[in-house]
This record gives sequence, structure tokens and C-alpha cells, in this order.
Amino acid sequence: MEASSEVNSDLARERSRATFDKENLINFLYGGPAAVRKKRYLENIIKQDPVLQRGRRWAFQSREERADTGVWKHLYVDKLQADLGVTDVKEREYLRDAAAAHEGYVLGLHFGMIIPTIKNQASEEQQKKWLPMAESMRMIATYAQTELGHGTFIRGLETTATYDPKTEEFILNTPTLSAIKYWPGGLGKTVNHCVLMAQLFTEGVSRGIHMFMVQVRDLDSHLPLPGIEIGDIGPKFGFEEMDNGYLKIDNVRIPRENMLMKYSKVLKDGTYQQPPSDKLAYGSMVLLRCSITASVAKCLAEACVISIRYSAVRRQTEISPGGEEAQILDYQTQQYHLFPLLATSFAMQFAGNFIDDFYREKYPDIAKGRFDFLPQLHAMSAGLKAFSAWTCSAGVETCRQCCGGHGYSHASGLPKIYVDCTPACTYEGENMVLMLQVARFLMKEYSKLMNGQPLSSVVQFLKCDLTMKSCMAEEVALKCLVLAYQHRVTRLVADAANCIQDIIGEGKSQQEAWNSCTVRLFWAARAFCHAFVVENFVNTVSEKHLDEKTREVLTSLCRLYGVHGIITNLGEFIQDDFFNSEQIQILSHTLTVLLREIRPNAVALVDAYDFPDTVLQSCLGRFDGQVYQALYDYAKSSPLNEKEVLDSYYKYIKPAQMPNKELFSRL
Amino acid sequence: MATTTGVNSDLAKERNNSTFDVEELSNFIYRGPEKVKRRRYLHNLATKDPFFRKFKPWAFQTREEQYEICLQKHLYINKKCKELNLTEPVDKFFYTEAAAPHENSPIGLHTVMFIPTIEKQGTEEQKKRWLPLAESLKMIGTYAQTEMGHGTFIRGLETTATYDPRTREFILNSPTITSMKYWPGNLGKTTNHCLVMAQLYTQGKNCGIHMFMVQIRDLETHMPLAGIEVGDIGPKFGYGTNDNGFLRLSNVRIPRENMLMRYSKVLEDGTYVKPPNAKIAYGSMVLVRAAIVTDAARALAQACVISIRYSAVRRQTEVSPGGEEAQIIDYQTQQYRLFPLLATSYAMYFAGRFMYDFYLKTTAEIEGGNLDSMPQLHAISAGLKAFSSWMCSAGVETCRLCCGGHGYSHASGLPKIYIDVVPGCTYEGENNVMMLQVARFLMKMYGKLQNGEALPTFMQYMSTDLNKKSCMTEEVALNCLVMAYEHRAARMIRDAAASMEKLVQSGKSPVEAWNGSTVMLTWAAIAHCHAFVTKLFVETVVKSRMDSKVQSALTSLCKLYAVHGIVENLGGFIQDQFFDSKQVKILQKKLMQLLAEIRPNAVAFVDAFDYPDEVLQSCLGRYDGQVYQALYDYAKSSPMNEKEVLDSYYKYIKPAQNGKYQQYSKL
Repeated sequence: MEASSEVNSDLARERSRATFDKENLINFLYGGPAAVRKKRYLENIIKQDPVLQRGRRWAFQSREERADTGVWKHLYVDKLQADLGVTDVKEREYLRDAAAAHEGYVLGLHFGMIIPTIKNQASEEQQKKWLPMAESMRMIATYAQTELGHGTFIRGLETTATYDPKTEEFILNTPTLSAIKYWPGGLGKTVNHCVLMAQLFTEGVSRGIHMFMVQVRDLDSHLPLPGIEIGDIGPKFGFEEMDNGYLKIDNVRIPRENMLMKYSKVLKDGTYQQPPSDKLAYGSMVLLRCSITASVAKCLAEACVISIRYSAVRRQTEISPGGEEAQILDYQTQQYHLFPLLATSFAMQFAGNFIDDFYREKYPDIAKGRFDFLPQLHAMSAGLKAFSAWTCSAGVETCRQCCGGHGYSHASGLPKIYVDCTPACTYEGENMVLMLQVARFLMKEYSKLMNGQPLSSVVQFLKCDLTMKSCMAEEVALKCLVLAYQHRVTRLVADAANCIQDIIGEGKSQQEAWNSCTVRLFWAARAFCHAFVVENFVNTVSEKHLDEKTREVLTSLCRLYGVHGIITNLGEFIQDDFFNSEQIQILSHTLTVLLREIRPNAVALVDAYDFPDTVLQSCLGRFDGQVYQALYDYAKSSPLNEKEVLDSYYKYIKPAQMPNKELFSRL
Repeated sequence: MATTTGVNSDLAKERNNSTFDVEELSNFIYRGPEKVKRRRYLHNLATKDPFFRKFKPWAFQTREEQYEICLQKHLYINKKCKELNLTEPVDKFFYTEAAAPHENSPIGLHTVMFIPTIEKQGTEEQKKRWLPLAESLKMIGTYAQTEMGHGTFIRGLETTATYDPRTREFILNSPTITSMKYWPGNLGKTTNHCLVMAQLYTQGKNCGIHMFMVQIRDLETHMPLAGIEVGDIGPKFGYGTNDNGFLRLSNVRIPRENMLMRYSKVLEDGTYVKPPNAKIAYGSMVLVRAAIVTDAARALAQACVISIRYSAVRRQTEVSPGGEEAQIIDYQTQQYRLFPLLATSYAMYFAGRFMYDFYLKTTAEIEGGNLDSMPQLHAISAGLKAFSSWMCSAGVETCRLCCGGHGYSHASGLPKIYIDVVPGCTYEGENNVMMLQVARFLMKMYGKLQNGEALPTFMQYMSTDLNKKSCMTEEVALNCLVMAYEHRAARMIRDAAASMEKLVQSGKSPVEAWNGSTVMLTWAAIAHCHAFVTKLFVETVVKSRMDSKVQSALTSLCKLYAVHGIVENLGGFIQDQFFDSKQVKILQKKLMQLLAEIRPNAVAFVDAFDYPDEVLQSCLGRYDGQVYQALYDYAKSSPMNEKEVLDSYYKYIKPAQNGKYQQYSKL
């Protein structure tokens, strides 16, 4: 039972039978050989860094230890990053993932959200004052928006900032229990400032939500300032390193200059100046949403690596009586659970790339006040965020369950990935609310269509003829798959619009009609996101930069994504007889054919994500496949095993055992 | 912001709006007013006992504390049950449920598995020897089946017990790393004995899996005995209170009399005597599976209580501009996610109740020598176990997500419920394997049907004419709903059989044909379970005696369960044109109508489950609806707030701030 450094033979065989060169796919995913070399170089630095080997395994730490470890590890990575002169966003991510994957960073929002917010929303003068302090970490801040009683609906926030022209100050208050700020990351114990979202009152009038720079703790003693009650909100499902916090504000005064005044202003006398557009405040929110798709896709990718490698190593049940037990990856049901998720991980990765590029391309115009693309950017970022977060977090759980009982142990690494991934469904805009925002966009486009106006580029297909039937034939062409998804959206959009019209026809208001059709609107929005992801996947695999063998494999995966989505949502595709029964037969047959087709490449495909073991932190997903030795080692090092006999045995069990006449130590 | 004791006004209003008497429904759920009273009495015994209140909340405990506190609680529960003369399992259950909700006992398997197995599988002599010791806790045991490399497929276990006739002993070994016992509950640190499942070898022959009583720790010192390596397997997703353990045996000798020999025997000379019927050994496994159905139903019920009460209290987004923010339970999308789960929790609860009755009836027959119902019992218990654990655990997560960000906090109580229920998908028979066992039964039944043999009552639907169309009309009659499910199941069973047939005809072996059809077989098995649960729900609502208002409300819920299941799985119902497009429209419209119909009773439906706050342990699901005060209190008591400034601030953050800027304590 010695630790073996060899690769498990099943896994080695899997690797040798792949039909494509995985290095080519790695290069495609990470932007070329030079970028891949850099990535590996950085990951190796982390792997060999003695400081980062310190401390116990994440799973063995108490919440307090995790919080403590999280701080030093991330600060250490910051320093390493500076020493190495790593400035590229992706390279920074490789470094951080290798050192502390899925471990929250209490200063993450400071660097990722606050500094950009100061740059985007503060005046030149404010930037000059705050940026150097923020960059030197003298000022550590977070973004305080969510309240106990208010989340996604920002206009409903209750925190107030009332301007007092006599002292030229704002008076800040959380006037009710439900107004208490609750959840902002890093707020509890880490930050000394926050950018507070509050209702502005000046000259006796409410002016809507604005941002205020508020100091919450003393810069030296780190104690809360007068009027501030602040702390951690307690243990959660995950995110244990993070001190998500609460903040109660009682008549705290801040100078007028602490309102972020790049766009709207309050003058000394209390005069309020409106921003040129109220759309400008949402930039950093959209940016954050855009980044979520790629990050949940990565969670699913990691879960696929772990569960597929493990499925190649794990053997269970003899296929024919008395024979060898089969690799569980050979079971059709296991393939049916895992391969569509593998396909999904690629689909979402590519969707994440799209939305990222789309933001980069369109945002500069928006910042200059040209809002033509804003509705599309808003709808796409909201829709892809919601669709990907739901799909990927449910997918991670499926991967976990596909590992049987061992998936439930923290040794698998999967629970940690899940608890890190799933909050994306509710933060930065609750998913259902975002889906209904997508639906609103679709309804607007639909009425444009009805009025003969030009449509936004992403919904051109709404013009398609609904009476047309599918072109699906035996070869299951990618084009026919895309058309099927687009047909489904078009029909569901029309259904939802009709639902609204019907109810208005019954004499209800527009608002009531909307509210009575939100389920159908949700169906339409979900179908829209699904269609977009399919089309984008198809476009990606049709790219020129792939060698033929890699393209072939990715095309199978892409086809599986398309076919599986149809089969599992069949009703929405066929209730208007878009497919005939022969076509349905073809699709369900193709599904099993594709599972078989992908089978020999499954391990190579997950290998192509090129996640080092230090990122996965999984006994089941190890590159060498030595899962059982790793599980044994994990068990042996459990903190509960530090003492052979626990104190609780003497304290509670012994006294509970009834006195027995004959004492015997061995029966 | 002082603590309010009144009931939140929204919740109070909800309770006034319901159309039926909650108490009447509680009486129906728990089988009569006497039983409701008894249940409350037992809950109260626990919740009013100061002993259980002295511990800090579960979420604030380290894993070591979780184990130790839970151990104390359960030893106390054992003592109390004896003092109070609580002998009925259901009485013990209700008492325990309130005393240690979702805190899995470190000595639980001793009572529910170890002792009953001795009772069922031990000889009279063995029972006389072991039961008194077990009942006095001198002997604390568990059941050691699962190995690191082997789970559901019991015949694959590798642990060996080799009989040595010279010393009349068995020699026990874990010959490989994969043969190490891994996962058995309470094995790591608590127990001093376990029932080891091992391959019996005698007279040079393998005689299959048998059970052996093995002492693993000294009864006085609690140190592991020679040849025994035992310990905890480390932290998991949940079950922190339980020391799931590993066990390596090397040449451990136990006397011949330690094999459990009620059915099979090894004589002194090593002669092996076969059991009269191999199936008898599986009785307790069936009972555990039956219990899982009800456990899953309860978990989902509790999650519904929490999320529906919270949805009545939570207000978000003004429905018309400037108006009051709406209760989120008024959003159709929220109803669409929650009410079908509410219906599911009732459906599964009734299924669990049925399962338990059926188990008692069938085991009585089996004890009487009649094994006719054995295959049915096996198929129904395996199917309902898998179906209910999948549906309910996914449902609990949906409930959590429906509580937005607050659902993610342990303050909601929902993560704890989830991590307690979700292992039901993988333990006691992995769900996919269970479904394929159901499928195997269905294929046998299909063979009988083809041969014109008689079918058991619950399988008779298979003989329906598959060309017949649905009788569904505007009124959406319950019998048309049941027929729709049965039609779908019958069609899928036929399709799966046809798929295998086709593969056999193409020259594949029966095993290959089976393996090439497992996805379709799984669909058929799920459809069968879905039909079974739907029919049972309908029969329960139609045939039971209950108050007419309750009956009418419950009928809506039952209808929702069925209609929602059709709309969400529409493809399976319409791909053979069983419904025409008009009927599909009727069903979709009915779904929305049912949501509106159930809305006024939603809170009453969850109140009827009659869970005291101490069981729910949820800031969001409190009976009085004072959720924000509770969340605030939870935050304030977070262990991270014990120190105003954490040590990590001095250790890491201060040094990281560079001293370039002038020292100032207030900007």
C-alpha cells in the first residue's frame, strides 16, 4: 500500500487512445503555446513555493483558520505577483488559482470592484485623493449595496444620505432593521472604508441612489468609528474565508466631497445636479456579470475533470458474470450524466469568452454616452450570467453525485467547488429577475418586429417563419440544430407576447398582464440564452485555428450539447410539430451514438483543461489516478485521528455504559 | 429595532386567508388528532428540555465540537427514551428530530442497524450473548459493508474471512488498499465492534458474502486491537457529527461463533451450510430504503416551510411604479418554483407512508414463508428510494435558491437540510443502479405481458392500448392525469424493450443489448416511479376520509403535482401524439391557474406540517416571521465577532500596508 508515483494503468490507457493531440486543444483554449508555457511556468512557481506549503489542508481547518489562512495566502500571492511583474489579468488568475483555488479573498472586492469604481464614478479630484491610498492599501474598502431587506431591486434600498448645507456634510443612516447593510464581502472585519449605496436626500427631495465613500474603522486601531456598528454575518454554506459583513449606521457625518461625483453632484448649497444619463452607474455591475459566465464555466470544467478521471479509475460491477468489474465510465448512464456536462463546460467557456469580448468592444462607446448597444449588452450579460450559473452549479452537483459516496467527502474537492459556484445564482442579480430582464428585452424586440422596425443583431432570427419545419436529417447538421433552437425561441417569444395580449384583451393592465405571464416569459428567455450558447459553440468549433482532429472532437462535443439539450427539453421543440417523429428518433439515436463517439476522448478532453492538481485539490481527480492511496492518506490525516481515543469517549461514552458485572477487555 | 414578539403582519394575514383549517390537515398528514398530539408532546419534551439548549448553534461549532456535542445529545436521548419509556420507533424519531435536528448520531447505527441485524441474523445463542451487551452500550457497534473500492455491488467486496478448522477461527483480512472498509458511520472513533461484511472462504472455496462480529477496540481502554487500523475518514460536505470511518484488518482472528449464523452456517469442521433462501438477508436494507423515502419527504417539507414563509415575509420590487414592494410569493415565477415542490413534498410523504405499510405487510408474509411479493417489494423500495431522494434533494436546493442570498447563510437552516438529505442519492444503493434494478423488474414484467401471464396489480397499466389518446379536457380530471403518466411509462417500457430487441437482432449479446439501452431503461424506470407516485397521491386524496375543505385544497395540490410533471416533461407525453396541441395548451394554462389557486393556502399548507422552530432552526422559516431581527441576531453572535479586531489584521494586513502616506486616523 505504498504511495505510488505511477499513473494508474486505466488512466494511462485512456490517454493513449485519444484520437487527437490534447496539446493542440490546450493551445486553443489558452491562446497559443507561448501563453500555455507561461501559464505552466506560473503554476510551477506556486507548486514549488515553500511558503504556500504551510498550513493544513483547507478541509481540515476551522472557519476561523480558513479566514486567517485566506488573508495571508492571498496577500502573499499579491506580493509574488508584484515581484514577478505579472500584470496580465489571466496570468494573475493562474497564479492565484494555483495557490488558493476557491478560497475567498477578503481584499478581492477592494482591488476588483472598489478601485475600478473610484476610477469610473469619482471626480478627478477624488481620484487623486483616494486612488493612491487605495492602491497602497492604506484605505481598504468594499462595496456596500445589499441590505437585510433589499437585494436585486436597487431602488428599494433604505439607507439614507441627507445633505446638511450648514455643515456641508451628508448624514448617513440605516433607519430601519431591514436597512442594515448585510452581505457585502470583506465588510465585517477587513475593510476600513466602504462605498455605500444610499438614497440621497437634499433640499428635502429624494434624488435616488448614489454612492458615498464612508470610513468605517479607524486607520490605525482598526476599531469601528462612532455611529458605526459592524461585524461578520456568521457562517455560511461556503465562502468561509470571507467576512461578509453587516453595517448599521447611526447619524454618521461625512464631508460633501465624499459623494462620488463624476456624474451627479450635490453643490455646497445643496443644489442637486443630475447625471447626463442614469445608465452610467451600471458599468461595473455589467462588468462583474460578464465575468461570472467564465468563472462558473471553470467550476464546471474542474468538476468534469475530477468526475471523468475518477470514472475511468473506478470499477464497479462485473459486466458479464464472473468477469472483471467495468470502469464506470463505460456505463451508458454515467456517460449520459457526464458527457453532456463536459460539453456544457466548453459551451459555457466559449459563451464567457464571447460576453467578455462583447463588453470590451462595446463598453468604450457606452462610457462615451452612446447607448445603442447598451440594451443588448445588458440583456446578454444578464441572460448568460443567469443561464450559466444555473446550468453550471447544477452540473457541478451532478458531477459530485456521479462520484458516488466518495463525492460527498471533502477529499473529492467537489463540495468546495459547488459551494463556491452556486452563490452566482443569487448574487449580482438574482437569476430569475435577470431572466425576466432578458424577457423584457425580447418583448421589446418582438414589438419592433411587429412594427416592421429593424431588430438588434443578436435576435435577427426572430424574423424566421414559424410554420417552417426542421431540416434535421440523419447527419444531424449543426446548422439544423441551431435553427431548431432559434425556432423554439421564436415560438416561445410569440407565445409569451400572445399571453400578454390576451390578458390585456380581458381588460387587465399592462403590468398585471406581465405578471400573469412571467413563467412563459421565463421560458422564452431561457430558450433565448440556450439558443445563443448553442450558436456560439457552433461558431467557435467552425473557427479556422483548429487542426482537423481537434475540430472533429470538439464538433462531436458541440453536437452532443445541441442534441442533448433538445432531448431533455423535447416538449418545447415538438409541441408545434417542428420535428416529425422520424426526426425525434434520429435525435435520440444520435445521442447514444455521440456518447460512444466521445467515450475514447473523454479523459483527453478533460486533460486539455490543463488544471494542475494544486488547483483541483481532489483525491479523485488527480492526474496520476492514484485515488485510493490519496483517500487513505486523507483519512489518516483527519484531525479527528490526532488522538487515538477522543476525550469525549472518557467524558461521555464511558459513563453512559451501564456497569457490567464481569469486566472483560476482550469478548 | 428591539426584538418584536408579534407575528409578522404579512404572515398573520396569510394565515387568515386560507380556505381550510390547518389543524384538520395536520390530523390527516399524521394520521389522526391523537397522533398529532403525541407528536407535539414529544417535540415539546425535547424543545423544553434545558439540556439541549446549553449548546452553541450547530453552525458555530467546529467539526470536533459537532461530533462531541452530538454525541452528548444522543447519549442523553438514549437515556431519556429509557426513562420516558419511549419504545416505539416513531416516538423515538419525533423526540430525536426535535432534540438534534439533522445532526446525525455518532451512535445511531448501533441502534438502527447493529442491534436489529443481530436480532434478525443472529442465532438464539448469539442473541443471548450479544444483545444484553449491546443494549447496555458495553458493546457499541456498527455495520461495515462499503469498501474504498466497492459500494453498491456487494458481491464485489474484497474483505476476506477464511475459516481455519484447526483453531476454529476465521481469519479476517483487507488484502488490498481498495478492500479497506471506508464510510461506515460511527466506525472511526465511536464503536468497539462492527459487523463486517466479508467474502467467506472455507475448505478452499468462496462461499460469498457473510457477516462477522468483529471487536475492533478494547472495551476498557478503547484502543484498537492488534491487527486493526481504524480511524475517521475526514471532513465531508455534511455529516460532521458522524465519524464515518475506515478499517484495515490484517490477520485478525475471531472465533467461529462470531459469524452470524441464523441462516447460513460454517460447522466446526469447516462444512458450509447454505441459507434456505438467499433473499432473506436483504430485509433490513429494504427497511432502510423505505425510511429514506420519508426522510427525503421530510427534508423537502421543511425546506418548503422555510422558503414559503420567507417568501410571504420578503418584499421585493414594486409591482407598479411607486407602489409598495410586493411579497415575493406573489410573483408567478416564485410560485412556479415553490408550489410544485410543496406538492412534491406531500406526494413523497404519502409515498413514504405507503412504502412503510407495504414493507410491514410484505415482511410479515415473508416471515410466514410467502416470498411472492419479494420482487415487488424490492422494485418499489429501490425505485421510490431513488426517485424521492433525487427529487427531494434537488427540491431542497431550489427552495434555498428561492430565498435569494439569505438562503446561502447557515442562518437559513437550508444548507444543513441539503447536506443531510443529498447523500440519500448515493448511500444504500446508488440511485442510477437502483433505477436499473427497477428497469430489470419492468423488463421481466414486460416479458410476462408478452407471454400473456398475470401481472401484479400495480403493473397492470402496462397492458393499456398505446394507440389510445388522452381523455384530457378543460376540467383536467385526475383520472386523465393518472392515465397520462401510465401511458408514458408503458410507452417508455415498450421502447426500452424494443431498443434491446433491436440490438439483439443486430447480433449483440443480451448483456451488450442491456448496456446499450440503459439510458432508455432509466427513463422508463423514472417514468414508472413518477406514475406510481402520482397515482398514489391521487388515490390518497380521493379515497381517504378527511374534511371536505382540506380535501378540496389537497386536490388542487395533487393536480398541480401531476400537471407540473407533465408540462416539465412534455416531450415524453407528446412525442407519440398522446396529447393533441389543444390539450397541451389546456395543461399549460391549468398550471398557471393552479398556482393562483394554491397561493392563498400556501402558508397554511406549510404550517400544517407542524414543525416547531426548534426543528427548523431557521431565521427565515420562523413561525412568527421575524426574519430580519433573527438574521441580525445571528450575525451579532457570529464567533468571528468575538474579537473586534482579528489577529490576522495585525499579523498580515498591517504589515502589507506600506507606510508611504502620512499617519492619520481619520481622513
